[in-house]
Amino acid sequence: MNKTVIFKIDGVEVRGKTGQTIMDAADEAHIYIPRLCDVEGLEPQGSCRVCIVKVNGRPAAACTQPAADGIEVENGTLEILNCRRDIIRMLFHEGNHLCPICEASGRCELQAMGYRLGILQPAKYPYLQPVRPIDASHPDILLDTNRCIRCGRCIRASKYIDGKNVFGYVGRGIHKRVGVNGKDFAHTDVHPDDKAIALETCPVGCIIRKGLGFFTPVGQREYDRAPIGSDIENPELRREK
Amino acid sequence: MKRDLESVVSQACRKFDNDGVRIIDILREVQNRLGCINGETMELLAEKLSSSRIEIEGLVSFYSFFSEDPKGKVIIRLCDDIIDRFAGIDQVAKVFSEELGIGIGETSSDRSFSLEYTPCIGMSDQAPAALINGVVVTKLTPGSAGTIARSLKRNPDPSRLVKKKGDGNNAGRLINAMVKNNIRKKGEVLLSDRIPAGAGLESALKKTPDQVIREVIDSGLRGCGGAGFPTGRKWDLARRTTAARRFVICNADEGEPGTFKDRVLLTERADLIFEGMTIAAYAIKSKSGILYLRAEYEYLRPFLENVLKKRRKAGLLGKRILGKRGFDFDIRIQSGAGAYICGEESALISSCEGLRGEPKTRPPFPVEKGLLGHPTIVNNVETFCCAARIIDRGAQWFAAIGTDESNGTKLLSVSGDCKRPGLYEVPFGIKAAKLLDMAGAEDPAIVQIGGAGGEMIGRNSFDRKICFEDLSTGGSVMIFSSHRNVLKIVDYFLEFFIHESCGYCTPCSVGNVFLRERIQKIMDGYAEEADIDYLKDLSKTIMMTSRCGLGNTSPKPVLSSIDQFPVVYASLTRESKQGLQAGFDIQKALAESRRIAKRTSMIYDPVYGSENE
Ligand SMILES: Cc1cc2nc3c(=O)[nH]c(=O)nc-3n(C[C@H](O)[C@H](O)[C@H](O)COP(=O)(O)O)c2cc1C
Repeated sequence: MNKTVIFKIDGVEVRGKTGQTIMDAADEAHIYIPRLCDVEGLEPQGSCRVCIVKVNGRPAAACTQPAADGIEVENGTLEILNCRRDIIRMLFHEGNHLCPICEASGRCELQAMGYRLGILQPAKYPYLQPVRPIDASHPDILLDTNRCIRCGRCIRASKYIDGKNVFGYVGRGIHKRVGVNGKDFAHTDVHPDDKAIALETCPVGCIIRKGLGFFTPVGQREYDRAPIGSDIENPELRREK
Repeated sequence: MKRDLESVVSQACRKFDNDGVRIIDILREVQNRLGCINGETMELLAEKLSSSRIEIEGLVSFYSFFSEDPKGKVIIRLCDDIIDRFAGIDQVAKVFSEELGIGIGETSSDRSFSLEYTPCIGMSDQAPAALINGVVVTKLTPGSAGTIARSLKRNPDPSRLVKKKGDGNNAGRLINAMVKNNIRKKGEVLLSDRIPAGAGLESALKKTPDQVIREVIDSGLRGCGGAGFPTGRKWDLARRTTAARRFVICNADEGEPGTFKDRVLLTERADLIFEGMTIAAYAIKSKSGILYLRAEYEYLRPFLENVLKKRRKAGLLGKRILGKRGFDFDIRIQSGAGAYICGEESALISSCEGLRGEPKTRPPFPVEKGLLGHPTIVNNVETFCCAARIIDRGAQWFAAIGTDESNGTKLLSVSGDCKRPGLYEVPFGIKAAKLLDMAGAEDPAIVQIGGAGGEMIGRNSFDRKICFEDLSTGGSVMIFSSHRNVLKIVDYFLEFFIHESCGYCTPCSVGNVFLRERIQKIMDGYAEEADIDYLKDLSKTIMMTSRCGLGNTSPKPVLSSIDQFPVVYASLTRESKQGLQAGFDIQKALAESRRIAKRTSMIYDPVYGSENE
């Protein structure tokens, strides 16, 4: 069943297996394709579009597109890079991402992606400055969807790992956001040990543990040490982690 | 009160066998009876359907026809299409608002009325129009709006508003609507008066399923919903996928602004549609079909249900169709709940499964894994009609009409600034100029072909042809005369896309908002040359990275208007002074702080000093 497939990413030959996505195969080959909504251990959903690549000239999301024999994948071209920069900028401008005061700074994947993709001036687009209410009802956890990028990692982790339904999408279009299964967060069956609210699940500073702020000194935070994606490009780092 | 709520919820759930897949129907029922679906109701529903409150909230907040806040017993939905805007819907809205004492988006305190805007309801040929609960009112004027409002205040039953009935089946007891068909040109494939009843199905059953598919492939029929995928090939792919069950779905979501052709087919060619679906079922070996009917066309539902009933009686649906052993097929109608994106075939499938109407990840394609994981073909209303005609008359007959790559005739919904808006069945390949002439467009300057995500053309392009090789369209043709503002039209389309984006992917949900912001800046007269490049770059990113056809096409009106009307853009573009941004209006930027500080400017503020009162 699992046949080997051989294809190219930016001209470099990559071996994968049938049933793998382009992203899976690239990861194994230590080629980093930037991503935000996709994370190890959860089904990919292809929604943030940061992992956009071209497959035989046609755009596709690497996290959901199957690897196939003989395909030519473009990942590092300027065209793709510009698209990714635009998407990251869209996310920054659509929400309220104030890195200097954000608890997730330094381990935030959105911030790290901005650095990795070389976005120096976030001034291209207008700021939408949403005013979404903060849910501080729960004794241990705070939700600030103004910093949410709607990656749905918490939703999937709750559903498929915790076997619950603590989070879900509500609204549509630009008003789509993550909601909770109850009238507020305190009225859900969330548990502090849930994978859905684990530090590594939320890529930004939307799910915040109360009483656990700024616990890593500046300089030692995850992306102070190495840019995002380094663990995939460099297996040594991965082992350390 | 709590008891009432419980009984409404249990009744609604029982009506659909407590089946979570039918939750859209259940929610429609609850919404209609209670006027809202609030948190308490969601929790009850979740319990009954072993779902969760958040999943139900996800649905209620997705579909426009559901609401968490209480709505009035009478809901007036004014069609806010660009055609209706130019036809004066805002004056109509003003009259309703004054008569009922509520603003747009509001509900009266006694909960008798709600007044809102809704995107295109498929009546652009008789604009301005509105939906009052299920009842369609057309050709509104400020005068008629006043009469309607006062009459509703006396007696809230909107069906009493239908005084003069429309033509054809619109006048029948089961539709009973003032809607007009406005058929302006009949072609030989679809609108001809001499279509023999049932001939296609009879002929299909004399062939093998493979022969039926062959015939459709040979005819060159391409999907009429807009994308133009070869129909025969789609059927063939679904048939070749090994599976125990397969589904046939007819896409009657017709949400594309300016389109109403499917409405007329549903009214006048219902049997032909169901015949086409039955032929498809025979070809791909399916036992069940769904007609996905947009919520705005609910007024057609009793009539369509009756046609289905008659077909079952006549042995054209159900077990052993026309006596053919082993050929069982039936069709049910699934109502939508107000979401344009549900016309996208995989979003439509999500909606039929009781989910938020979000497109699915492809691959797998619906022909491999569609409804509930089974191979599914989704075709447009017109496509099924064509297929039935092809099986009756033969592939060659159909292929002889039209152009090289676009065979057959096309139904065009023509609206806007012309004397004869309505439906035209013309061979593919007709020149835009000829169509404009037929429609009696006296001063056409801007023509939008293919709906909101279609192409905008100006006079220099009127000799282009309407067909897949040139100006491709699912059927919408909107005509605007020279006194219309190009940017207002573009701005409307972007507003529409922002409203209708499902929000699944970043570039579509966010990017369209940014496009609109910049178009408005240009309209306000603060644009510089760099803004045009900005629009082009942003458009490229949205089209390239979006996940479905909505975002892949939403910037097209921006790009085609820049291309076709460069002079309009140029005239609105200023030179920036000494490196300063022309787009920066310091007075506008300071307005808010001046207001807060209660310091207004005599020069810049039109209402000088007013806030000091
Ligand atoms: C945003 C969007 C809306 C659509 N709306 C409709 C619609 O209302 N009716 C329709 O037939 N096709 C619609 N389509 C096209 C469908 O996805 C699909 O291509 C079509 O139903 C297939 O049928 P056909 O091949 O017979 O055209 C839409 C596509 C997109 C991207």
